[in-house]
Amino acid sequence: MKRLATATVAAVMAAAPVMADLVFPSLSYRTGAYAAGGIPFADGYADYMTLLNERDGGIGGVMTRILECETGYNTEKGVECYEATKGEGALVYQPLSTGITYQLIPKATADGIAIHSMGYGRTSAANGKVFSNVFNYPANYWNGASAVVQHILDVNGGDIKGKKIALVYHNSAYGKEPIRTLEELSKKHGFELSLLAVDHPGQEQKSQWLQIRRERPDYVTMWGWGVMNQVAIQEAVNIRFPMENFIGVWWSGSENDVLPSGDDANGYKAVTFHNVGNNFPVFEDVKKHVVDTGKAAGAGDQIGTAIYNRGFYAAMLAAEAVRNAQAIHGVADITPAMMLDGMESLEITEARMAELGMPNFGPSFKVSCENHGGPGTVGVAQWDASSKTWSLISDFKETDMSVIQPLIEADSAAFAAENNIAERCN
Amino acid sequence: MLYRESGDFSETYKADSQTFPIKFDRYRYYAVLIVAFLVIPFVINDYWANAVLVPFLIYAIAAIGLNILTGYCGQVSLGTGGFMAVGAYACYKLMTAFPDVSIVVHVLISGGITAAVVTLFGLPSLRIKGFYLAVATLAAQFFLVWLFNRVAWFYNYSASGQINAPDRTVFGYLVTGPNTEAWAKYLICLIFVTFTGIVARNMTRGALGRKWSAIRDMDIAAEIIGVNPLNAKLSAFAISGFFIGISGALFFSVYLGAAEVGEAFGIQKSFLVLFMIIIGGLGSIFGSFAGAAFMVLLPVFLKNVLVGGLGWDTALAAHLEFVIVGALIIVFLIAEPHGLAQLWRVAKEKLRLWPFPH
Amino acid sequence: MFPDQFLFGVEVLLNGLMAGVLYALVALGFVLIFKASGIFNYAQGVMALFAALTLVGIMDGQVPFSHLINALFGTDVHHFGWHVPAFAAILLAMAVMVGLAWIVQYFIFRHLVGQEPIILFMATIGLAYFMEGFGDMMWGSEIKKLDVGIPQGGSFWIEEATAFLGGSNFYGFFIDQLDIVAAVVAIILVVLLVAFAQYTKQGRAMRAVADDHQAALSVGISLSFIWVLVWSLAGFVALVAGIMWGAKSGVQFSLSLIALKALPVLMLGGFTSIPGAIVGGLIVGVGEKLFEFLIGAPFLGGATENWFAYMLALVFLVFRPQGLFGEKIIERV
Repeated sequence: MKRLATATVAAVMAAAPVMADLVFPSLSYRTGAYAAGGIPFADGYADYMTLLNERDGGIGGVMTRILECETGYNTEKGVECYEATKGEGALVYQPLSTGITYQLIPKATADGIAIHSMGYGRTSAANGKVFSNVFNYPANYWNGASAVVQHILDVNGGDIKGKKIALVYHNSAYGKEPIRTLEELSKKHGFELSLLAVDHPGQEQKSQWLQIRRERPDYVTMWGWGVMNQVAIQEAVNIRFPMENFIGVWWSGSENDVLPSGDDANGYKAVTFHNVGNNFPVFEDVKKHVVDTGKAAGAGDQIGTAIYNRGFYAAMLAAEAVRNAQAIHGVADITPAMMLDGMESLEITEARMAELGMPNFGPSFKVSCENHGGPGTVGVAQWDASSKTWSLISDFKETDMSVIQPLIEADSAAFAAENNIAERCN
Repeated sequence: MLYRESGDFSETYKADSQTFPIKFDRYRYYAVLIVAFLVIPFVINDYWANAVLVPFLIYAIAAIGLNILTGYCGQVSLGTGGFMAVGAYACYKLMTAFPDVSIVVHVLISGGITAAVVTLFGLPSLRIKGFYLAVATLAAQFFLVWLFNRVAWFYNYSASGQINAPDRTVFGYLVTGPNTEAWAKYLICLIFVTFTGIVARNMTRGALGRKWSAIRDMDIAAEIIGVNPLNAKLSAFAISGFFIGISGALFFSVYLGAAEVGEAFGIQKSFLVLFMIIIGGLGSIFGSFAGAAFMVLLPVFLKNVLVGGLGWDTALAAHLEFVIVGALIIVFLIAEPHGLAQLWRVAKEKLRLWPFPH
Repeated sequence: MFPDQFLFGVEVLLNGLMAGVLYALVALGFVLIFKASGIFNYAQGVMALFAALTLVGIMDGQVPFSHLINALFGTDVHHFGWHVPAFAAILLAMAVMVGLAWIVQYFIFRHLVGQEPIILFMATIGLAYFMEGFGDMMWGSEIKKLDVGIPQGGSFWIEEATAFLGGSNFYGFFIDQLDIVAAVVAIILVVLLVAFAQYTKQGRAMRAVADDHQAALSVGISLSFIWVLVWSLAGFVALVAGIMWGAKSGVQFSLSLIALKALPVLMLGGFTSIPGAIVGGLIVGVGEKLFEFLIGAPFLGGATENWFAYMLALVFLVFRPQGLFGEKIIERV
């Protein structure tokens, strides 16, 4: 047994090119209950790296290599994947599940490897003083929650006193994230908040939606994932809840979630930290260099879908961080430690995104030692059922950092105290 | 030739009733212990510890626990995941509330707390039997997961409900937390496994184990010959719970380091541990180890071969992994319904007669 | 005018009944197999998923194993390019389920005759694993929309007709059309099954096997035929359940988890009773919805449905260990 496994490990080593490369592990989940969300993300992530290899010959002359490892959204498999890939010079991990992220935060910190949990994971990791190796720019769940409220404020001319907002959430660590922020915001703006938990997997939500029908909240917001999203949107349609008052977080805002409800889902909204649609020059290159040459990770039909774009965006941020690290250290084949420097001083400008063929794909932002969370600017996208597309209906706007920052400080301080971490960046 | 009892005379009662009456078995057992304690810790690396050996050892403890209940006492339980969660959360609360007490003590106390909870959920077993009981233990599974998710006290009011294991040491060496060396992780689990294995083995071949077997084979008949079903069943639940609690505590504190109840201790875990003991062999300590090894190693092995060796697409490999594991379970059951332990027993019988089988 | 709270309670009760019918539909498949062969078929949920996947695949003209074929031969096939009408597709999917029943009988359970129940149970778990991977490999793991023309959404005429009952806060009873259809289908299915079991030759043979294998064998009934028949029937029930749940949430992996919803139904109703599955389903549906409405959501923070059904069944079993309609347990030494 052991000999065979060693032999296979050796085979992996032998199969890998001898030359220097930049390794990006992709802990994907193409199977299991959440596969529909995992596939496009992994495809987008891989396609961008393939594009860099095919079109530009890698980053700064060094080829990129995606190490894909299937986790099935399962924490134990995630650990296995991490241990299997970390020795190969992995630069940055996208754990892609709340459970695996929490799992890897201490491990990767001990191993000196960066984690980029983009729009998921532990929100308070935005505090770089405590979480040295974890980044969650450009936005986190608490920004998302604040953006939902911000949007409702905008629609109502700034006054939502006495309005009722219901949160339908996945009854897990992920789903519980926005609760504290929403509670603070409800104190500040005087709206009434009601919480409705939905247990995994969320196939049966009649009770929750009957309750919504009884209580008639003015707005419903949702932290859902997997089948829970489709069922919730369908049930909202069933009780004739006005779709434009139903706002999901980014993980509840993909094509998969709204398509099953057909035309009735028209007008559903979701907050997002990156742009949607396939109307970007870079996708022409992807078609030409990746899809048409048969090197695409998927079938090539996912380009422009919300989660594909998210994976694509994540890969772009990782590649830009590599470039930044190369510039800082003057070495092309960077190490994980250099990657950390690259991420910590990353600056994404509108000009740079336009240069990459991705104008206005995400917000412009700058990462610093203290702030690993970026600007926390979030936009709102709306679903158009007739053309089957998402479109941004508001720019990436500032969220209420006066509420979020103290929460981040408090939560990260608790983590620091529990684990005896001294603050950095002083 | 080597494996036979001839020439191996027992001169005392003690020698006659030892665990491994055959000399070769005994030496093999010592050899395994020596390799496990004195060789592996020096060659182990992070991958082998975290992806293979530590989960194997921890699942072996859980499998021994469940095997006592299901294999020896005949009470099918599908609440293992929930019971492991009790161990994990008890350990977390103890670790954060009494940081100065040794982690070993915490793990043992967590086992005790779990034993109490499991006994409570074992009470209906006095009335409910067979698959009805199996499904009834699912009530414990779902209720406990819900409880740990709902009551913020259990996760010290953290924002998302995740629990994180702080750094703890044994004799000055870290055994929990991210900076733990691979060998330390492995050794602490190995010590608990050895302890569990020895205790379980001796319990199941003593008076208590015989009472359990009597209950398993036919509880009414057992009652007639003087076995108290209340004591026998509840003691099985309690002792099984104790081991499952230990495994849950180790699973969280040493192996994962961070856990969320629905994800780490969901219904899948209950099924997984049950698979282990059925594949390994009901009513066999060796079977618990074999089953845990099979269910932990096989997926890792298949993945390494399919993705690493043959370079397949990860999704396809994952699907194929399901197909192969499912097919192997069926093939094993058809070939040997009593599990790997029975195969081992048959092999030993053959060895005993070798090279003159007639 | 009634107080609104009471009307809401009635509405929750009605919806609970509808949900209960859907649970009963899944539980039926379990009962059929358990009654005839003593196998506790854990794979029932995966069978529902597999049946629904097959149905969608046939309707959309998907090429089976396209992912595998493309990976092995470097081709790029996805669809045949045709669309099969729903009715024909259902028949074809049924044919696949019959084929599956035959395979299951001939390759698995024929070799396991006479084994202990827990071994048989384990074999169905192996089968569940196998089919989970196999279904995904055959049809892909992305979410698929299932549209066989079942209406969905609130029944607005019921809402309007009953709105007068309460005050301004009450908007009439909400009942999903899909649930109504499912209820009707389930009732038809049960009637058909009972009629089949009572009045046809095969049905009688099936009951004879359920009563006593050896006696049935000795009067010339082919056990393996009956078992194929039973597995096919369970496959048919799985297909119907798959259609109903698939229309609701799209066809994807989580569909296989509905088996977990059927287990407390089985405990309540007894593993061997068809009426028990129906009544048990209704009790579980109503019980969990009412508990969530009255106690769960207001006092316990919600999401109690998952465990409540099991707790209910557990408490019930303590008083009646064989379930509602289960055969009386007679134990002899």
